[in-house]
Amino acid sequence: MQPFTVVTGRALPLRRSNVDTDQIIPAEYLKRVTRSGFEDGLFAAWRKDPDFVLNDPAYAGASILIAGPDFGTGSSREHAVWALQDYGFRAVIAPRFGDIFRGNATKGGLVPVEVGAEAGEQLMGIAESSPSAEITVDLIERVVRAGALVVPFDLDDYTRWRLMEGLDDIGLSLRHADEIASFEAVRPAWLPTTSRT
Amino acid sequence: MARTLAEKVWEAHVVRQAAGEPDLLYIDLHLIHEVTSPQAFDGLRLAGRPVRRPDLTIATEDHNVPTADIDRPIADPVSRVQVETLRKNCADFGIRLHPLGDAQQGIVHVIGPQLGLTQPGMTVVCGDSHTSTHGAFGALAFGIGTSEVEHVLATQTLPLQRPKTMSVTVEGDLAAGVSAKDLVLAVIAQIGTGGGQGHVIEYRGAAIRGLSMEGRMTVCNMSIEAGARAGMIAPDDTTFAYLQGKPHAPGDADWDAAVDYWRSLATDDDAAFDREVVIDATQLTPFVTWGTNPGQGVSLDGSVPDPSEYDDPLDRAAAERALAYMDLAPGTAVRDITVDTVFIGSCTNGRIEDLRAAAQVMRGHAVAPGVRALVVPGSVAVARQAEAEGLDAVFTSAGAEWRQAGCSMCLGMNPDKLSPGQRSASTSNRNFEGRQGPGGRTHLVSPAVAAATAVAGHLAAPEDI
Ligand code: SF4
Repeated sequence: MQPFTVVTGRALPLRRSNVDTDQIIPAEYLKRVTRSGFEDGLFAAWRKDPDFVLNDPAYAGASILIAGPDFGTGSSREHAVWALQDYGFRAVIAPRFGDIFRGNATKGGLVPVEVGAEAGEQLMGIAESSPSAEITVDLIERVVRAGALVVPFDLDDYTRWRLMEGLDDIGLSLRHADEIASFEAVRPAWLPTTSRT
Repeated sequence: MARTLAEKVWEAHVVRQAAGEPDLLYIDLHLIHEVTSPQAFDGLRLAGRPVRRPDLTIATEDHNVPTADIDRPIADPVSRVQVETLRKNCADFGIRLHPLGDAQQGIVHVIGPQLGLTQPGMTVVCGDSHTSTHGAFGALAFGIGTSEVEHVLATQTLPLQRPKTMSVTVEGDLAAGVSAKDLVLAVIAQIGTGGGQGHVIEYRGAAIRGLSMEGRMTVCNMSIEAGARAGMIAPDDTTFAYLQGKPHAPGDADWDAAVDYWRSLATDDDAAFDREVVIDATQLTPFVTWGTNPGQGVSLDGSVPDPSEYDDPLDRAAAERALAYMDLAPGTAVRDITVDTVFIGSCTNGRIEDLRAAAQVMRGHAVAPGVRALVVPGSVAVARQAEAEGLDAVFTSAGAEWRQAGCSMCLGMNPDKLSPGQRSASTSNRNFEGRQGPGGRTHLVSPAVAAATAVAGHLAAPEDI
């Protein structure tokens, strides 16, 4: 995955709470078996409205999405992360994220930036009032910068390190194959297997 | 130190613990379906990695499959490719699959428990958020994304940050006519769709102990709608009785040892939760949703709220948006809301007990003119059981459609969909915009309320018909 250190760009303000993953990408787009090209499904239902913010040319090329609380709730579909990334977003700023969405985002290199409600509102206001304003997500310092405004955010050290290095989790876990094998050796024998009975 | 059920199960699965790193957790059972797995198998192929434990992995076809004319090829070519891709992946990697037409096919969260593969104290994952269902057995079960599906296939482990714990204690007994679905909808309305975020919920208290396994699965299923990745219920005699004799349950030789271990998993008396919520079961009534997230619910005896009464501006805006989408006016009595579609099924309410509850209400009645009622069993085994009990005949003679197993109208991925502007009473779990088909409007209800609504033509309780 693409390493993430500092990203500066325009921010798209999505003033809605509880944006569930069914809205980020509807089920119809989940039938594909490939891993790319999901940008056409991003907010597919809402995009039909010409006034929807994604259709506003002033925000063309935005790389940061700012949303209301509880972004990415609902379905576990990682396609929601892929659709945001394929469209060009590198980070999402919101006061709270759905747990599964947040995990999926960090797997693929999309940075979930959880800020306080008040700071989220300030950043939303900046993006709404000046679409060309540049906002910076700085993972090294763990801050968001918008003009004079500096907003710190939390992300655990391990996830931050993985995102900054662009590391694949599977490779990291396979380094511990011996420990996995020792664990397996002492699992109780009565635990079920899926072998046909 | 005193520990909770979730902490005990977590600690029994830690493969590796190191400061500053997430715990590496062993996964006992990995369930797979066609939608969230193709890119994971592709990733394995690209990296030249095998599936570490095909014998702890099982697959089924559920989201895309039609629930009528299942002996014909799947009509939608894109759905067909996805199902065929799963078949090829399972064949290539040696994974047991229950395809469309198989006697054990069904919704992934219905077949795990019915095969006895879901047991207390296990870790269970699936690329599907409603994996929380399996927590009803005292398993730690949660939904994962496709990257994590690939991770589990390759390593049988997941690196995870330890979640916080939360107890939801439901004291007292449920009144007659109030079901597990009503209970969980009321819980979500109280704690909110983000209320369980970052937590594993343990449901406790007399009302929970009094639920059947089916009811417990309904409650745990919807934990994710309260923002919690997992919900759990301590295993007890109800759990053990359900499991005994199931195909993959421990045999006679191991049974007593297994039960001893399972009993030891209950939360210690003096263990503390990070957050505690108490709910009075005796105050609960049948509950329905009026909006576009599962927390926007109200008693069936109530009315649609007025957004202007919300203090929080975001809640107010969300309620206004929801009412516009749902085409509802504030103050409308819930019972005055008419529907054109009723859906009984899904991993929330597609088990035998749910169908019995619906049939009991519908028996001897007719579906209201202009209403289409769909009854979809959660698995082929549930379908055969219902047919053996004559439930299918109750539904069809009332004028409802009796279908084959699958996710069906729970989500708009297969031929069973709402058309724009249609309104349903649905026993599924999500009333999101467009969830049951673009432009469709969903009211979440229990099986008994769904059946009564089908007969009345408007949202109704069994005693109304
Ligand atoms: S029934 Fe609905 S919620 Fe359950 S697995 Fe299928 S689509 Fe998901």
